[in-house]
Amino acid sequence: MTTIAPATTIASYARDFSKNEDGAEWLTALRNKAWAEFESLGFPTKRRGNELWKYTDLRVLDTKAFSRAEAASALSSDDLRKIAPWNDDWHTAVTVDGQFSSELSRNLSGDDIAISNLIETAERDKAAVEPALGSVADIAGNAFVALNTALFKSGVLVKVDRDAEPAQPIHILHIVTAAGADNRAFYPRILLLAGENSKTSIIESYVNVSEGSQFTVPVFEASLSDGAAVRHFRVQLENEQAIHLATTRTEQPDSAVFNSTTFATGPAIGRNDVHTNLSGEHSETNLHGLYITDGSSHQDNEISTTHQKPHGTSHQFYKGILAGKSRAVFSGKVLVQAGAMKTLALQKDLNLLLSHGAEIDTKPSLEIYADDVKCAHGATAGHVDPTMLFYLMSRGVRREDAAIMLVSGFASEIIEEFEPESLREFLYSRLERIIPELDSEGIL
Amino acid sequence: MLEVTNLHARVVDVEDGEILKGLNLTIKPGEIHAIMGPNGSGKSTFANVLAGRIDYEVTDGDIKFEGESILETPADERAHKGIFLAFQYPAEIPGVRPWQFMKAALDAKHESSGEKKLSVREFSKLFDSKVAEVKINPDLMKRSLNEGFSGGEKKRNEMLQLAILEPKLAVLDETDSGLDVDAMRIVADAVNGLRSPDRSFILVTHYNRLLNHIKPDVVHVLANGQLVETGGPELAVEVEREGYKRFLEEHVPANA
Ligand SMILES: Nc1ncnc2c1ncn2[C@@H]1O[C@H](COP(=O)(O)OP(=O)(O)OP(=O)(O)O)[C@@H](O)[C@H]1O
Ligand SMILES: [Mg+2]
Repeated sequence: MTTIAPATTIASYARDFSKNEDGAEWLTALRNKAWAEFESLGFPTKRRGNELWKYTDLRVLDTKAFSRAEAASALSSDDLRKIAPWNDDWHTAVTVDGQFSSELSRNLSGDDIAISNLIETAERDKAAVEPALGSVADIAGNAFVALNTALFKSGVLVKVDRDAEPAQPIHILHIVTAAGADNRAFYPRILLLAGENSKTSIIESYVNVSEGSQFTVPVFEASLSDGAAVRHFRVQLENEQAIHLATTRTEQPDSAVFNSTTFATGPAIGRNDVHTNLSGEHSETNLHGLYITDGSSHQDNEISTTHQKPHGTSHQFYKGILAGKSRAVFSGKVLVQAGAMKTLALQKDLNLLLSHGAEIDTKPSLEIYADDVKCAHGATAGHVDPTMLFYLMSRGVRREDAAIMLVSGFASEIIEEFEPESLREFLYSRLERIIPELDSEGIL
Repeated sequence: MLEVTNLHARVVDVEDGEILKGLNLTIKPGEIHAIMGPNGSGKSTFANVLAGRIDYEVTDGDIKFEGESILETPADERAHKGIFLAFQYPAEIPGVRPWQFMKAALDAKHESSGEKKLSVREFSKLFDSKVAEVKINPDLMKRSLNEGFSGGEKKRNEMLQLAILEPKLAVLDETDSGLDVDAMRIVADAVNGLRSPDRSFILVTHYNRLLNHIKPDVVHVLANGQLVETGGPELAVEVEREGYKRFLEEHVPANA
């Protein structure tokens, strides 16, 4: 297949693109280039011969048009506290319906960091943003990175100074309100510049109040300097109507560490496309995550790491809980390039299938062109273990509670990684609500 | 307390998998019964059938607990009635903490009997005191249930659960196997400490050693799916000395 049928929905995105009002010339140029790339690529709705999209059906994007949310509705920080992870002490940047909210954001500077509206800063300070924006999240060949780059509204820039070790985490909270029409599109963009030998913890979260259908296309782009360590947490709690196609990209020179743990509850279609690029020696990346799917939701985890230089370490560890007729994909890839000797790479994907209708396609894969490397991978899918269930019940724990306990226990290995404690507690309380509602089709 | 009559049970998934072939046993309140028998004779099967494991199907006979048949009673409700099984091979449960598990178990029991649940504080106090009592390393309680526990630690953990739940009928399936001398003492002390006129025990064991610490009222030999001989403590001494040859020869299974 070489030709892409012109999708009728593209006009809607073109309309949004024409509404861009960038002040800086270089930014307009970047946007134009991104738009051209998107236009030529179109949405990857043809799955035949397209390994990257083999298991995820995006045809809905050819028939249903989403338009960019242009206005934000009002929200108080009391509202936020109720629905999102929140702590007054954190450095918090809030976007509401795609717009950076100065009112709700707090502690944006200090602690040797600076958080700002990305577009505003780009227009003011070309030198700080131009070399970095799009340098890690490449638009070439990637329709969603291209679309995001062409259409993101305000975006968030996080700059962490050299040697900085902020005491509090940085939280970038994206919230979608109930106000406004259905079929809105959001293009959250985060650019993280982590200075040499800095140590940062960053939480990226997506929460919504809206029940309506929406299309979210986030791009998280992290450019690390030598010796920088980033602890990244991603919390995806959008509604069941949402289409959430996220891209995470890192560039990791010598001794740079990017560790990420994600929590994703199934939207209609979810994709977590992560690629960490270990371009320096002794760099490290641990990509862990938990996905929970139910009903007819679909969650695709496209997780990959490239080892370019010696002594790199990568670890992919994902866990899935699948219920109803949902489907999940784990496609883990590790590429060890020639010259990346002494690489250590581990991949693991464990799935708990709660119903007979749920399906997992899991395929961890290693591609190794260097000698003297240690790599291992494994994947499992199983049902709730009757021996464990009996053990709990034999002590008097009721069947339903025992099943919930086992499912939560399965999840907790990943949840335990979340920090600080208030974030972890938030996720546990979510989990407590989610798990009993999962549709096991009567087998539990 | 317990009345088992002509109990036949088979493994659900295995054709021709009959393991218990007409087992009869009566236990009165306050009694301690020991069950010995060769490997594979069905001791654990019997213990699991008592506790309500659904992998086994009762094809004939009955089990009455406190006068009522419990054949249709699911495992969780049997526990509420006061039946407890200390497993020969306790399961490892990822992500479930011992404290949380026992709190849920005790809450469920209290809920079923209409008693008031313990507050977190009250329960923690109870839990800590029992942890000290069975001398289990408190660090283990921070881990997932039984995960990475040594064989002996798992057995102690079973004793901890027994001590917290205070059942009416406790079945200890080879709780003494794999225990060091001190741990054996602890098990014995725990059982002796819980001994009361209205609490009964079934001790499944291969060794007379445990029975030196816990004096059983009755000793049975299980062979070929039946209790083939019943006696006093001296029977255990004989088994240890002579093995099971005599019982196996005297009781050739009907279908052999
Ligand atoms: N779930 C099962 N599936 C298949 N076979 C089983 C199952 N459970 C028990 N058996 C078989 O039934 C027989 C009795 O097993 P059981 O575990 O009750 O023996 P036991 O007397 O406890 O032995 P041991 O002294 O070794 O613990 C064995 O032959 C065993 O293989
Ligand atoms: Mg046994």
